[in-house]
Amino acid sequence: MSSRNVELCSKETTMMAPTESPIIHLASRGISPVILLIGLYVFFHGHYSPGGGFQGGVLLAAAILLLRLSLGTSLSQPIMPSWITLRLSALGALIFAGIGLVAVLFGGNFLDYHFLPMPWLDPAYLRYYGILMIEVGVTITVMTTLVSIYDDLLGC
Amino acid sequence: MHWMIEFLLFVILIVSAVVGLSVRNLLAAAVILTIFSFLTAAIMVSLGAIDVAFTEAVVGAGAVGVFSIVAILMTSRKSRD
Repeated sequence: MSSRNVELCSKETTMMAPTESPIIHLASRGISPVILLIGLYVFFHGHYSPGGGFQGGVLLAAAILLLRLSLGTSLSQPIMPSWITLRLSALGALIFAGIGLVAVLFGGNFLDYHFLPMPWLDPAYLRYYGILMIEVGVTITVMTTLVSIYDDLLGC
Repeated sequence: MHWMIEFLLFVILIVSAVVGLSVRNLLAAAVILTIFSFLTAAIMVSLGAIDVAFTEAVVGAGAVGVFSIVAILMTSRKSRD
């Protein structure tokens, strides 16, 4: 983090103080949970309608970026702290690759959900929940990577 | 009837592209880039590619706009070339 970025970060928090424009403050605080809800809807309906892990993750990230942009960095840090973003991103990639490698371990190909070790499920439901678990990883990775790009641009 | 809506979308798309390239204010250029991206998403909907339109609207009009505004915040507001 360079010194110029620290100066820009403090300037950003004073420039976007919550008392400067109460309309933007209230509107972004009201719109952001709705965007989060739409992101979850898109993510959970990714099997049989347009959408999926990537789009849902970008929508979840857009809700957090709206708060970061309008409330300033210090007020929006408690929602998703910047130290947690890259670790969650690594966790999402680990979920994706881990499920694929579990399928390899039990005798199938990479990401072949038919070989997941859940014998109480039908094969159709096995593929259903396999895709759902993969998309959990994709969503977490995309969301936290976009938020961490924003944090790294501002350096705070 | 359908081709008229599509024609109107293409006309606004080309106009927004030319205006976004020629405007001097960089923040206005970022906003017009967002408009361009959203019109591309509308054209994709009219062509029947809902998934492509969804990705274009979310990424182009959401994330790229925010990142362009942050990049302008770190440099100057006006173009000086």
